[in-house]
Amino acid sequence: MYRYDNYDQSIVEARVDEFRDQVQRRLTGALTEDQFKPLRLMNGLYLQLHAYMLRVAIPYGTLSGRQMRKLGEIARKYDKGYGHFTTRTNIQYNWIKLADAPDILAELAGVEMHAIQTSGNCIRNISSDQYAGVSADEVADPRPWAELLRQWSSFHPEFTYLPRKFKICVIAAEEDRAAMRLHDIGLKLVERDGAIGAEVYAGGGMGRTPMVSPQIRDFVPEDEIVSYLEACLRVYNRHGRRDNKYKARIKILVHELGVEEYKRQVEEEFAHMRTLGLNPPTEELDRIRAHFAGPDYETGLSDAIDRSDPAFALWVDRQVVAHRAPGYAIVNISLKPRGGIPGDASAEQIELVAALAEQYSLDELRVTHAQNLVLPHVRKADLYAVWQKLDEAGLAEANLDLITDIIACPGLDYCSLANARSIPLAQKLSERFAAQDRQAELGELKVKISGCINACGHHHAGHIGVLGVDRKGVENFQLSLGGSGAEDASVGQITGPGFSEDGVVDAIEKVTDLYLAERQEGERFLDTYRRIGMKPFKEAIYG
Amino acid sequence: MAEFLSFREGEAAQEPAVTVEAFTGQSNATAVRIEPGEDARELLPCLDRLALVEVNFPGFGDGRGYSAARILREAGYQGELRAVGDVLVDQIVAMRRCGFDSFRPDKPLDDAAVERALTRYADVYQKSVDGRSPVWAKRHPEKTDG
Repeated sequence: MYRYDNYDQSIVEARVDEFRDQVQRRLTGALTEDQFKPLRLMNGLYLQLHAYMLRVAIPYGTLSGRQMRKLGEIARKYDKGYGHFTTRTNIQYNWIKLADAPDILAELAGVEMHAIQTSGNCIRNISSDQYAGVSADEVADPRPWAELLRQWSSFHPEFTYLPRKFKICVIAAEEDRAAMRLHDIGLKLVERDGAIGAEVYAGGGMGRTPMVSPQIRDFVPEDEIVSYLEACLRVYNRHGRRDNKYKARIKILVHELGVEEYKRQVEEEFAHMRTLGLNPPTEELDRIRAHFAGPDYETGLSDAIDRSDPAFALWVDRQVVAHRAPGYAIVNISLKPRGGIPGDASAEQIELVAALAEQYSLDELRVTHAQNLVLPHVRKADLYAVWQKLDEAGLAEANLDLITDIIACPGLDYCSLANARSIPLAQKLSERFAAQDRQAELGELKVKISGCINACGHHHAGHIGVLGVDRKGVENFQLSLGGSGAEDASVGQITGPGFSEDGVVDAIEKVTDLYLAERQEGERFLDTYRRIGMKPFKEAIYG
Repeated sequence: MAEFLSFREGEAAQEPAVTVEAFTGQSNATAVRIEPGEDARELLPCLDRLALVEVNFPGFGDGRGYSAARILREAGYQGELRAVGDVLVDQIVAMRRCGFDSFRPDKPLDDAAVERALTRYADVYQKSVDGRSPVWAKRHPEKTDG
């Protein structure tokens, strides 16, 4: 894992000092709320319906046991005892006092963490694959590039007041576990003639105009990625729309210019940028890469797992996936318990996972965009012990990628932008489909719920997506089918008129019944939908 | 409180700035003002006769002026580069990094706050046009010329 050097540490400490000064000016009234707002947003501090919300960055979703323990401590000390893991692999605290915010940032800086650029119209947290470094299907661990870009994007002088927020994702595997093509820019590392570089995709996103990004370059050498991104960002900063915040994301620029014209402008700018010496030397990437060198795995470990406890065997089959090292496994921890709030964890649960990471996972864990956690390096011999501890803490749900592994935004229970409540709907769905054999029968089925058109709950990318809207003061839920955030990325289609909260749960049940009736051998829900189309589903729902 | 801030040697340019359209259409003006939607690259053929480029920020949130400034400096512009309009203390550092060397904000700035802002961050992560050596260059002094 990456560790700060004195430079990194002094920069986050300067940020704490700056924010303490700004908060002080706000508390004494020297700054009005209007003046303070853009400053607090640059530190991830939002004013929500009931309190301030603080969003803490978890760069590329990787953290150590010590960092995770600190997140639990903050939940206990400054929040009501909970943290909420988000679809951008960050953590949010929903009950923060303004006066405490500088102290929280200082505590975070003590464990090499921060809230820099977790909101605002700037480059946000760089996201990546939760199995980075441990999956067998990647050309390289993508996180060194993600860390290089974290540093490059932090306080970037030219790109801090972009037309709109900007999200970058770096992956390096064929399977896309990070919704790369739904980011403003997606990088997929590839190897060509023995050299690493990136395929670049631009103009993906969700919101009210969902788009799957087109490829804009098939190879940028690894030592020119920074200057190429500077070119992409400069064209966007100069020409992206600023007249309408709903048309300000780069996807609209790419769409309005056309991919070819956007590419042409980027290439022209890139030709200029590459003369400016903007790229760190290879030695810097090597320095960062050394931090991510694989841990010292034990050799000669057994691959055997004692499956005599059926509940454990069920959990292994669902939550544990193959690790590249013999004798090790990747453990997915569900944050979607029956009837629970997707992505929420109590301070005690966070601290337990921190302890498990330290004891059983070489002091490392990950956060996924599906709002779950991962212990990336668990010896197979330790799986049973890990499972027992998770089970005691209510964290042993076996539902990875199943219908109850729901992504949901905080919705109207917390968020000032929301039109509808996402959490109660997620809870009802999770109860309706709680039966383990029924979930298993339905197989991979990604349900994603957003409480408003901003689509933080990724509903466009859900095999089944739900969007909450406000219809004449009443919450109404639109259903969509056929979305995907994976390597077969697509945007879901709306089924038709919306539903009440209970109505949409019934409609989803009808959709799943039809799938079970229509599916062919080996088909997931998404495959059946793609084969038979919307019409039969519409008939089942409305007919 | 400062109504005008300069980080240049010598006197600030006094000539009133003309619009980009007026500048490119006439030969004798030496000061020009760029609005957010205008293309700084139109000025590149005549940088040597410019003493002052003003970049207007009607609202602090419109960041196009940062690109305009860097483009001019990258092209070798040596004259005064002035940020005018809704320029706040919290943007001064980024503006300095993009090559601005004077400021005429709509509302006067607190000198002490500006001083604090400009000295708070000892290090920067990117190479820009202000000559500051990025962290990656300091980490590998033997590999880069800074």
